[in-house]
Amino acid sequence: MKLQISTRLAIFAVLELTARDGLQLSVADIGEKYGVSSHHLAKVMHVLGRAGLVRSVRGAGGGYQFAGNARRTTLLDVALMFEELSSVEHDSGAANATPEDQALREVLNEIDDIARATLGSITVATMRKLVDRRGTSGGRRSKADVPGRRNQSSH
Amino acid sequence: MVTTAKARAVKTDTAVRVRRVQAADIPHVIGLDTRVTKLAKAEYWNDVFVRYGKRRLHERFFLVAESRVDKADPRVLGFIIGEIRAWEFGSTPCGWVFALSVEPAMRLHNVGNAMLEAISREFKKAGVSKMRTMVARDARLPMLFFRSEGMMAGPYIQLEKDLD
Repeated sequence: MKLQISTRLAIFAVLELTARDGLQLSVADIGEKYGVSSHHLAKVMHVLGRAGLVRSVRGAGGGYQFAGNARRTTLLDVALMFEELSSVEHDSGAANATPEDQALREVLNEIDDIARATLGSITVATMRKLVDRRGTSGGRRSKADVPGRRNQSSH
Repeated sequence: MVTTAKARAVKTDTAVRVRRVQAADIPHVIGLDTRVTKLAKAEYWNDVFVRYGKRRLHERFFLVAESRVDKADPRVLGFIIGEIRAWEFGSTPCGWVFALSVEPAMRLHNVGNAMLEAISREFKKAGVSKMRTMVARDARLPMLFFRSEGMMAGPYIQLEKDLD
């Protein structure tokens, strides 16, 4: 399963901001770590802000702070802010669907259901534990690790 | 192994004490389950007590949580049941957790965490290194709980079909 770049950035940003209680980071701080443009990340942060997951702090040393409930916000909640994860595509044309279409749709819907259940069962807090267990907190990513990064500046 | 009365308490970091179930706990277990599932199953729980609270205790663990602060309070704050099973579905021996319930008012107070830690220790002492459970995809609360405890999808997929 692939998540859109904006979704992945949003998850990374939320994970960065929840690394420590009350942590404040600028778009530039986060963007530098993941090798993405501040412009694209600012759009992502705006969506997160509208949803109440982050709040901007003004003034010197300002930036973004996590404002949600890390134990209640799941990866699915974040993903749905940026992309459609329903089975709409597989349901389209149901009236004219052949038995082969219907059988394939059933299999694809099963995959979608499992993907949604998985994303809906992992909270931000649980993700932080996974990250911390891997010891990657604060680590630098290679710019090549962010898919589509080369296109970021054009967004 | 937690078998003697003195060794029954399993120490936790919380104000919760986890120990082996006793006959006197069963009415509380039935009451808690009825409050949570809205379905009274006294006969089932009495049978589970006989099978998991009295027999083959080296590989079966029926544990209950109680308040460590208020020792006069006989309430069961939660219970967890599991056993070591081997070779089903081609699986090497592992610990299966098949029941876990926490008093609704006591959720988010580390009761579930203390019970899962306690049964994990029992499984490890019994010689297994893997713990499994099964959760309905749409059962949000238990799913979030087990995930927060570090449980990930295992190598098996549950399959089923309607019998005509």
